[in-house]
Amino acid sequence: MADKQHPTDQKHLADKKRPLALFSDKMRVSFIVLGTILILFVAWPLLRTITSSSPAILWQTLLDREVHNAILLTFYTSLVATGIAFVCGVPLAYLLARVEFPGKQLIEGIIDVPVVVPHSAAGIALLMVFGRRSLLGQAFGTLGLKFVSATPGIVIAMLFVSLSLLVDSAREGFEAVDPRLERVARTLGASPWEAFWRISFPLAWRSILAGMILMWARGLSEFGAVVILAYHPMVAPVLLYERFESFGLKYARPVATLVILICLTAFVALRLTAGRKRDGT
Amino acid sequence: MRGHRRGKVQVRGLWVDLKEFHLRQIDLDVAAGEYFVVLGPTGAGKTVLLETIAGLYRPGKGRISIDDEDITHVPPERRGIGFVYQDYALFPHLNVAENIAFGLKLRRADRETINERVTAMGQLLGIDHLLHRRPRTLSGGEQQRVALARALVVEPRLLLLDEPLSALDPETREELQRAMAHLHRELGTTTIHVTHDFEEAVALGDRIGVVHRGQVVQVGSPEEIFRKPASEFVARFVGARNIFRGRISGMDQGGYKMLSLDGVEIAVVTDLTGPVRASLRPEDIILSEEPLRSSARNCFQGRVADISDRGTVAYVTICVPPCFTCVVTRRSVEEMKLQDGMEVYIAFKAAAVHVF
Repeated sequence: MADKQHPTDQKHLADKKRPLALFSDKMRVSFIVLGTILILFVAWPLLRTITSSSPAILWQTLLDREVHNAILLTFYTSLVATGIAFVCGVPLAYLLARVEFPGKQLIEGIIDVPVVVPHSAAGIALLMVFGRRSLLGQAFGTLGLKFVSATPGIVIAMLFVSLSLLVDSAREGFEAVDPRLERVARTLGASPWEAFWRISFPLAWRSILAGMILMWARGLSEFGAVVILAYHPMVAPVLLYERFESFGLKYARPVATLVILICLTAFVALRLTAGRKRDGT
Repeated sequence: MRGHRRGKVQVRGLWVDLKEFHLRQIDLDVAAGEYFVVLGPTGAGKTVLLETIAGLYRPGKGRISIDDEDITHVPPERRGIGFVYQDYALFPHLNVAENIAFGLKLRRADRETINERVTAMGQLLGIDHLLHRRPRTLSGGEQQRVALARALVVEPRLLLLDEPLSALDPETREELQRAMAHLHRELGTTTIHVTHDFEEAVALGDRIGVVHRGQVVQVGSPEEIFRKPASEFVARFVGARNIFRGRISGMDQGGYKMLSLDGVEIAVVTDLTGPVRASLRPEDIILSEEPLRSSARNCFQGRVADISDRGTVAYVTICVPPCFTCVVTRRSVEEMKLQDGMEVYIAFKAAAVHVF
């Protein structure tokens, strides 16, 4: 029983560890140049914004009550939206990964539609269903839950435009789990629930977590749908827009810097934690 | 080991319809403690049969029972059936000990019992030094031992093995085959083992059931299947290369009957008459340069039509006609200077011809 099981894996590893391969021929060099244009296009404006305001001004901006309330609200609402998508979206993702049923493609299409419609249009669509005069809006209203110009409105706007990120990622995670692992678990005495919690879920967890991070980050940055349902209370992107409209670039800039910095930090931190888990397994 | 239960299995009139595979009217009886091998080519529906017995598929029709208890509609987790897949299906996020302990934990066994039984099972399978390793760091043979331990530690009434040796290299396969025979002697768990490999079936099986196109076509001891295949398919599948269609005239000539095929008369021993099929194993044919004086009733002159080298042995086809394939050692090929077109003699006993 010699350990010669995965020679191909080792080969892949060896391939990845050859940094010189990046410059090995002219084609790669030209691809590097082309790719760099795109990287700079993203990185340069971000860097320019971040370096445009002095730390002192940033600190002052952060102390601005309106600003830090907006940032906290953004974090909070996006987290709630991600939570809702986790509770309902992970089971849906599992079904999509495991079961064939008529109309499955339609369901998959519906999940992805929010990505392709303009988000302001998505906001209008939500308004028509959750607005004050709509049936659903009134029903929730009797429960004391209102969506227009209120925090729940921000949550559903974020949920609507970003849930596909979590569902798609979780589905890929479940698809990568061999269904035979669940079957073996069943024969060993696991109920369908136990097989899910002990096998499928832990094995798909990385993808689910990655999807949650992406979804949360996408929710933070949402403007179009949110602004239509709830201009107030103000989330960070809306506040930024308002400062720009009312006071101009000079006043908008520190807020933009702050928002970018905080989102970047949170995003990088979360990716690192998720990445560390990946290595740990 | 103590306390291992040995279930008696009955499958009656089982039908399963899946997109790719069908099972039709499967009847099987496996005695308590028996090692039963289901033999059939890839795509014959063997895996589906096992998964249906395990409760992972619902049969369209039919009944499955263990120890006379009808389990057709019992969910897999309450059947007490162990399952081992060809590619091990170990849980990659758990280490070896956790994999083996999985079923015990579900049964809410206390930690001491779990440790004790995992260690004992690890020793029995010779993997106790690997208990803290991750499955993906193990070799194929080691992984399959873990899968066996995981299935057996919960003391199933029945163990289902789906091509458990097929993914292994020949050396490891032989080693694990011996380990499995040992395991079965030790534990005596009733086992249904699915394979497409006849030698594996002969080595392990108390009895063999041959499956073809979703049906069980023959059940018997390895010798019976080997010597008396019930159909042309079985004969070909178990490696009898000489299969003929002919006619038996019915005249008994001192214990023999004459089988005529392609103008040649072959002495055979059978009760059958009329149109029949006959099989003859390649190793039962003797090849010689001169006509042989021996007890073999059948002796013919023919020409070498093909020599196919298989390493230590070679399959030589001699056309009388009809064409017979016989197996000789490579050395014989060299010593006899066998080559295409050469005239040789073949001889075989009447009793070596199986008529069906």
